[in-house]
Amino acid sequence: MEISSPQFKHNIDEALADPNLQRALGNVDVGFVPNRRKAVDALPEFEALREEGVAIKNHVLAHLDLYLEAYEAKVTAAGGKVHYAEDAAAARDIILDICRKAEASTVTKGKSMVSEEIGLNEHLAANGIEPVETDLGEYLIQIRGEHPSHIIAPAIHLNRDEIEADFRRLHTHLPADRSLEEPSAILAEARGILRQRFLDADVGLTGANFLVAETGTSIIVTNEGNGDLTQILPRVHVVIASIEKIVPTLEDVSQILRLLARSATGQQMTVYTTLSTGPRRPGDPDGPEEYHVVLLDNGRSAMLGSEFQDMLRCIRCGACINHCPIYRAIGGHAYGWVYPGPMGSVLTPALAGLEDGRHLPNASTFCGRCEAVCPMKIPLPKMLRHWREREFERHLQPATQRSALKLWAFFARRPLLYQALTRMAAGVLGTLGRGRGRFSRLPLAGGWTRFRDLPAPERGRTFTDQWRAGRRA
Amino acid sequence: MTTPSDARTAVLARIRASIGVTGKEPLRRAAVADRLAGRPRGVIPETARVEGAARLAAFAEKVVTTMASFEAVATAAEVPMAVAAYLAGRNLPAEIRHGADPRLASLPWSGTMLAVSTGRSDGRDPVGVSHAEAGIAETGSVVLVSGPDNPTTLNFLPETHVVVVDAADIVGGLEDAMARIRARFGAGVMPRTVNFVTGPSRSADIEQKLLYGAHGPKRLHVIMVGVGDGGG
Repeated sequence: MEISSPQFKHNIDEALADPNLQRALGNVDVGFVPNRRKAVDALPEFEALREEGVAIKNHVLAHLDLYLEAYEAKVTAAGGKVHYAEDAAAARDIILDICRKAEASTVTKGKSMVSEEIGLNEHLAANGIEPVETDLGEYLIQIRGEHPSHIIAPAIHLNRDEIEADFRRLHTHLPADRSLEEPSAILAEARGILRQRFLDADVGLTGANFLVAETGTSIIVTNEGNGDLTQILPRVHVVIASIEKIVPTLEDVSQILRLLARSATGQQMTVYTTLSTGPRRPGDPDGPEEYHVVLLDNGRSAMLGSEFQDMLRCIRCGACINHCPIYRAIGGHAYGWVYPGPMGSVLTPALAGLEDGRHLPNASTFCGRCEAVCPMKIPLPKMLRHWREREFERHLQPATQRSALKLWAFFARRPLLYQALTRMAAGVLGTLGRGRGRFSRLPLAGGWTRFRDLPAPERGRTFTDQWRAGRRA
Repeated sequence: MTTPSDARTAVLARIRASIGVTGKEPLRRAAVADRLAGRPRGVIPETARVEGAARLAAFAEKVVTTMASFEAVATAAEVPMAVAAYLAGRNLPAEIRHGADPRLASLPWSGTMLAVSTGRSDGRDPVGVSHAEAGIAETGSVVLVSGPDNPTTLNFLPETHVVVVDAADIVGGLEDAMARIRARFGAGVMPRTVNFVTGPSRSADIEQKLLYGAHGPKRLHVIMVGVGDGGG
């Protein structure tokens, strides 16, 4: 997927000015956030499960090479085939090769963020193979030529009337006077159209929420059933998954399953938790005849042993995204790549490079809500700060910004000088502002005063002065 | 272009370099082997540790909260009439399809007016009937296993899915269900597909409003047979 993260600031302005998007984002406050709260409050063992989940994932990451080998052996024993892909291009080629050998003309797809990451759809289409997104949200954005704006709810940025307009524009074989006022009518129409695509597909591609080393099993959790129809109907089932999805045993996956749906949508379990192992067995009346697993590295191995290793514990629940005030203000597309919100701000520089991704970690107040709700206790604010440090070290910021930071650092390292300067500034501002008590416009502070007033400080008194005088509790 | 084994070597080598190991260290290998063989259970919530009659009641209650419907019958012989009544009560077609599972095939279907066919689904069957491997009280899920007995297509293509589960097969929690599957198929061995089904298909992709029957069944009906001892 092409990356527009370098244009983050421009994307933000567009997002803030988009009334449709702003209206749609209101749904996050009334949906994901309270639903997660209810589900977590209803499970007394949630905190203990978080600890267990962190321990399991840390253990896997410390032994990832060995667990991958064990996993691969089990997949092979069950009649499946494992392919390793070092990067996105390799993964695309492997999948294209499988599709060509299967003489595929259409490929149905379950929702897979990794398939977005590697730019699979464009690659297949360019080679004469039609990818068909079957997750309802993914279908809605595929017909608009858009990318997902959230890792769990890819079409969260759309309103009902936009969807109706798309369906009328595209599904021209249906009567023009039909009503699509009710969301249920829209769903029924999508169900009917995609049902035939499921039945006709030659290859079905899914992601994996987990890969179980004990049994060589790939697991997907869905609510719609599209991931299941994608993998049981075609002749070939391809799983694309990144290497850190490995979990040792079925017991371990049970532990983490309890965290996943609750953190994502507030459900105890998603409707379908499906464990797939190999192709159909002799005597099976249905199921795919071939089963392939493409294991993607694409930068994860480099995160191991680095200060970003903890990010590999991520189970892609989206809770951090739902609770982030920045995401809530701008939506997912503004981030410019596959992964939005706090997790995307850590992953984009890691996987797509700091040069392209460096703006994202800077759009954070470090409020810490993301870390508080992360089921895997990933220290997201700390990692955002690490990226800012790396950005500075690598001289990626414009020279004026670096100079300004260096100037501030000069004073910050000399507290007495810092306080003398701020006392002087407080004196000047206090005098200038003594009439109204606030500034609605201030030179050099336009970024602040454009949207809010700056209160006039107490004349000549810094915060520490007032603290010492006992004025601030 | 790298050969497949080159790619494999490269990825594993990069992982090992990042962690700072060769892969041959005996302690690490033992740690992995131990966990895979020992399969330690972690935190088991209280809702997964209910026993006896309370477990069956919890299962019944949970199934209903997932927007599936539930009924209990005393004997397997009552299942066909229960299915017929369920379909008639909702004005649904009186025709069903099930797999080769003897627990379904041996039932007195001829005592009803239902048209019964057997085999996998090709998408034209209005009602699929499956027999579950187990039910899970913690979540209200039913566990379905692929194969000629209960073809997986019956779980997803028909608009209505009826699942029969024995009370004796209602387990406490997720780990218990995993242990059941392991006991049936052997350690490290799985069937092609295991579905944990918790309610009917749904989507909230349109303005976050919950709708049923996205791609899978619009309705799920669970029939629990017998009053088991609830053990295991």
